[in-house]
Amino acid sequence: MGLVTFKGGIHPYEGKELTMDQPIEIYLPTGEMVYPLSQHIGAPAKPLVKKGDHVLVGQKIAEAAGFVSAHIHASVSGTVIKTEPRLTANGNKTESIIIENDGAYETIEFEKRTNPLEDMSREEIVAAIQEAGIVGMGGAGFPTHVKLSPKNPDLIDCIIVNGSECEPYLTSDYRRMLEEPESVVQGLEVVLKLFPKATGIIAIENNKPKAIERMKEAIADHPNIRIQIMKTKYPEGAERQLIYANTKRYINSTMLPSDVGCIVHNIDTMVAIYEAVYLGMPLIDRIVTVTGHAIATPKNFKALLGTSFQELIAAAGGFVNGEPEKIIAGGPMMGKAVFDTHIPIVKGSSAILCMQEDEVTMYEPSNCIRCGRCVSVCPGRVIPSKLASLAEHGKLDAFVEQDGMECCECGCCSYVCPAKRHLTQTIAATRKSILASRKK
Amino acid sequence: MAEKKKISSSPHIRQEDSTASIMLDVIIALLPTTIMGIFNFGLSAFLLILICIVTCVGAEYLFEFFMKRKVTIGDFSAVVTGLLLALNLPPSLPWWMAVLGSLFAILLVKQIFGGIGQNFVNPALAARCFLLLSFAKAMTNFTYDAVTTATPLALLKSGESVDLLRMFLGSTAGTIGETSTAALLLGGAYLLFKRIIDIRIPAAYIGTFAICIMIYALASGRGWDLSFLAAHLCGGGLMLGAIYMATDYVTSPITPNGRWVYGVILGLLTFVLRSPWNPTTAAEGVSYSILCGNLLVPIIERFTVPKSFGKGAVKYE
Repeated sequence: MGLVTFKGGIHPYEGKELTMDQPIEIYLPTGEMVYPLSQHIGAPAKPLVKKGDHVLVGQKIAEAAGFVSAHIHASVSGTVIKTEPRLTANGNKTESIIIENDGAYETIEFEKRTNPLEDMSREEIVAAIQEAGIVGMGGAGFPTHVKLSPKNPDLIDCIIVNGSECEPYLTSDYRRMLEEPESVVQGLEVVLKLFPKATGIIAIENNKPKAIERMKEAIADHPNIRIQIMKTKYPEGAERQLIYANTKRYINSTMLPSDVGCIVHNIDTMVAIYEAVYLGMPLIDRIVTVTGHAIATPKNFKALLGTSFQELIAAAGGFVNGEPEKIIAGGPMMGKAVFDTHIPIVKGSSAILCMQEDEVTMYEPSNCIRCGRCVSVCPGRVIPSKLASLAEHGKLDAFVEQDGMECCECGCCSYVCPAKRHLTQTIAATRKSILASRKK
Repeated sequence: MAEKKKISSSPHIRQEDSTASIMLDVIIALLPTTIMGIFNFGLSAFLLILICIVTCVGAEYLFEFFMKRKVTIGDFSAVVTGLLLALNLPPSLPWWMAVLGSLFAILLVKQIFGGIGQNFVNPALAARCFLLLSFAKAMTNFTYDAVTTATPLALLKSGESVDLLRMFLGSTAGTIGETSTAALLLGGAYLLFKRIIDIRIPAAYIGTFAICIMIYALASGRGWDLSFLAAHLCGGGLMLGAIYMATDYVTSPITPNGRWVYGVILGLLTFVLRSPWNPTTAAEGVSYSILCGNLLVPIIERFTVPKSFGKGAVKYE
């Protein structure tokens, strides 16, 4: 089986050695728990609890507001203190339910499924996933039950599980594949049950030989699933590039993967689906890599949703050599810088990255020298330097005409730019304003 | 919150390469031919190189200082311009002409258009052509071992034979930096290895030119004359132009296909300007070809915009 990949991309310092050999540790929080009502794409959930209510682990505390939305469940037992706007990783204040953890971890009774998977209907499976509040855990947070309900399910012939984890420093998916390969495969089998014509592909970069080996063992008795080894390159795991690498099918920004017969899922989402359908458990935890050279003992945690960044950082030994210059929710390429550590782990939080120095402010942007490096690394095959210049001059029509909306904001152009221009940032800001004006 | 953290939108990491590091790599790549030039032509060559670099850097500094702009001499691009200009001058050129050329390159071609990245033609080449037009005699007076001699290509054109080994090593008449093909190729290999330049432009340029020369050789009854081809490839600044000047970032296309097109156009132009069949035209033609090519870059880029990922993809029905 040859390596598959796409054209363009970069290979930055991986930083995975910090945590890749650290087994997943379960962390039980002690502080207050914060549950933002919007941890997903779509309408914010509606609270089902009020101040003073006693809640149990796994209890639904907020209900999806519509089809494109997701339920939220308590991950601890305790008392609801209040509902108020709280700071989240994206820098905004989001209405959140605050729960005081009583430390007892009294749990609602999960309904384990007794009948075999074969006996479940399509509707039952999707309902179980919807009930568990599962959303894409790679970061975008698209509700999984929506993704699993494409317009024409018969056209789906390829379910890709994204095990590339191409962002530097992140090892949460890697540890999942090493430690719970069976859960990943079981989750994928559930999805394949929904799409009988489809083949399951677990796509992994070739810098993770142990994960490839473990996953290969785990799929031994699953003829409808195969492992695809991909070249280690960023952004190998970007949805459009991932689909192309695995199927040679192209989609653009106006299309969904299901338009070309594909559905893409994150590794952690597979485990969540397994737990929801087999164990009746809602989504209340995820794997979070706490890492970076400013962290004393970088680790992978199984963290309860709602736990504060502050607590996880302390659990990883706190900071070394003083305070870090920059803290990022997620990886260094697409993660969000945060200015405060009192923000909660949500469904899409893959990592807390603490960097000793900030490379962005170390350099000052200078004139573009037209070296063309941004063009050669751009996986979207647009001309970033040109788009950024059009954006700076407010030429929005030309920006759209030159496929500015095809940018996936992966960050490769800014990363390679020798003039240190903020290409991705400029293009991303313009895309955002164009998208916002279209909605009006 | 103990201390304010730095906030910016992603990505949060940057590659080490900078404009300055790229320019330094170009300077490193030009060292072999610079050393060969000084070795071949002696002190006068060394002084011309020094004069050009000092004038270029000084002019850039003073202009930016008095125009209250950010001083950018730290990016070493003015050093590259000075060095490239010197390598394109005959070693016997009077020093004040070199100063004039350097001022022309930095002030008129680069700075008044906005500084680095904004010039539409290569400053060193524009200055060379300016000097060629202004001081035709001094700019075409080539000496070797203190004796005025014709360049190998001029000899070739007048039907005389040339010593290919000497052309390869550089012990012939010519400009300071163009004579040693070996040194130029060595530097070119370094630039390719460090991924500073894209092989598309030199490959298309040299390839197209070589094909034209061979077609001419066959059509003119010379037959499959490889030594004629080798003389044309090693002579007349083709290697210096194709590897170091045509690949100048600012004045070459940034689109991958545009680079092929640009290289092919340069190859054709050089062949036409050299006109091997016409004994009355100049023997070189590389500088003017690249200058013409520079002017075509915007239009080449317009027609070679890459197809964006997934453009025209069709939905399954």
